[in-house]
Amino acid sequence: MTRYLARRLAFAVVLVAAVSSASFLLARLAPGDFVTESLGTQASRETIARERARYGLDRSIAAHYRDWAAAALRLDFGTSMLYGRPVRDLIPERAANTALLALAALVFATAVGLPLGVLTGTRRGGPVPAAIRGASIVLLSMPPLLTSLLLVFIAARTGWLPIAGMRSSTAGSSSAMVDLLQHLVVPALAMGLPLAAALERLQAQSMSEVVGAPFVLAALARGVPRRRVLWRGALKAALRPVAAIYGLMIGTLLSGSFAVEVITAWPGLGSLMLQALRARDIYLVAGCAGAGALFLAIGTMTSDLALAIVDPRASETSRQAEAAA
Amino acid sequence: MTPRGVGALLVAAAIGAALSAPFVAPHAADGRDRSLLNAPPTVPRIVADDGSWHAPFIYRWRLVSQLEQRYEEDRSARVPLAWLSEGHLVRSRDDAAAPLLLLGADSFGRDVFSRLLFGARISLGLAAVAALGATLAGAFVGGLAGYRGGPIDDLLMRATDFVMVLPAMYVALALRAVLPLVLTPPEVFALLAAIFAALGAPFIARGVRAIVRSERRLDYAAAAEALGAGGWRLLGRHLLPATRGFIAVQITVLVPAFIVAEATLSYVGLGFPEPVASWGTMLHDAATNIRVFADFPWLLSPAAAMFLVVLGLNLVLQDAPRAGLEYNGPA
Repeated sequence: MTRYLARRLAFAVVLVAAVSSASFLLARLAPGDFVTESLGTQASRETIARERARYGLDRSIAAHYRDWAAAALRLDFGTSMLYGRPVRDLIPERAANTALLALAALVFATAVGLPLGVLTGTRRGGPVPAAIRGASIVLLSMPPLLTSLLLVFIAARTGWLPIAGMRSSTAGSSSAMVDLLQHLVVPALAMGLPLAAALERLQAQSMSEVVGAPFVLAALARGVPRRRVLWRGALKAALRPVAAIYGLMIGTLLSGSFAVEVITAWPGLGSLMLQALRARDIYLVAGCAGAGALFLAIGTMTSDLALAIVDPRASETSRQAEAAA
Repeated sequence: MTPRGVGALLVAAAIGAALSAPFVAPHAADGRDRSLLNAPPTVPRIVADDGSWHAPFIYRWRLVSQLEQRYEEDRSARVPLAWLSEGHLVRSRDDAAAPLLLLGADSFGRDVFSRLLFGARISLGLAAVAALGATLAGAFVGGLAGYRGGPIDDLLMRATDFVMVLPAMYVALALRAVLPLVLTPPEVFALLAAIFAALGAPFIARGVRAIVRSERRLDYAAAAEALGAGGWRLLGRHLLPATRGFIAVQITVLVPAFIVAEATLSYVGLGFPEPVASWGTMLHDAATNIRVFADFPWLLSPAAAMFLVVLGLNLVLQDAPRAGLEYNGPA
């Protein structure tokens, strides 16, 4: 178990280092830099050279990368050229916003998707499971890009909910929490609805397989009430393949959050990354990518650990695979 | 009709619309009409105001408020539709003064319906080319890894693992953004297709590798080898054809993802440049002010088109043979 943990940890470190380094180098190699993007074509050659020197863009790529990496090891990720603030101060608040959004979507999807999946997975016929199944297929065909456009459209049309941003400037401090929650509804639903549909389908499939297992029949034959068999025994067994999906969902969540953040103007990592990329703000690009990779690493590690605890075979098989390789 | 049939019909309709765009679309993709900015759809009617029946006709839009871009139907004169005239399926008899706008006009006064059809060519074409590229690259990498095994296999599979764990949208965004921001439409097409293919290939490679590995141990592969088939022949002629079912399923999964990826990139302004019509750029045009959607909902029609195509592909996949999907563990 310790070895398994160490391996996962090593992978996480490599992931964060590789992703942030790669994005730093890519952004540095990209045609145009922050100075040319921000000053435009009017600037004189001297101004450009001076500004380049100010931001340290006049060094060779290798030297620049070496300096940045050495500083990054001491947790100094440079100063954003776009905002004029240290990347280390800028990223956490944006990352927290993205995490809040992703978490809200995940909680919503789990709370809605799993119970409905149990319902549709254990009942064959009837209008309710059929309706749920149909709704799931429709929602699965609506990636976050489409759900957020649709929800923004509905919100703008009805005026029920704020459509953009995270806070309204008019709200008093007492209602700040309510205001935030109101702003959260549209983006969280936009991300959560397709996810809920995916979870519902998965849970239904896994449940319908488990219901056919001999132990369910045995429990029923012994007179255990049907409800108890389904929601205790069968659900527990059926949760395993679903739990394995959660780790993979972090990547999907991050990908989906990009479109949602841009459309609903949610001030998260995604919109920051877009700004940084367009302005060629290399330190900020590397910082955003590193933060995203960290999310990914934490997510996959948590789900791997949870899976290893629920199902010892998970870490066992990876060890066997290692031995066989 | 089975769900699968409905799905196939939706997909076929989209492909048909894309192929026949110059004939079905009443206008060119970039024809502008300054007097009809954000004009609502002109609904074809058969009953006139006075209750009399006619062949399908439309009413002309008359601008009521320049500021709010509000229009009113000019009910004084019917504008009949002309079928099969000037190489178009249907258009207004008086196209200059009262054009047929089945899905309204955008903020430049361009016909949304025509742009939707021409946009389908770019959006669907890009997704198809990218899926083809992903299939070729994935089959090559997966076939090589599965056939050779050993360190090559290890290396290739580690690489695919790494790509698969990354959030694809961000990788596509970063790769697109670090390349020159201003490119010609064909360059953008090739570039996006290459990026999407690279991101999709690992998913195909993993499955192909697993299938090739398990098929290799079967008698027919041994027989072919005994008869003197070389590595490439064995792979190309015997082992890769076994992955057909799996690849077909994967393509139906990748194409919707690529359509949405193009739309997302174009939406944020990193896709096709103005005035190219793709479903993403059409949304981008409308998204300058998000409130625009509420007032001019027909600008959302590319989103609806995207939904229908993705839904169609999902329905086709619904009861698709699952055989290929069984191969997900390392054999």
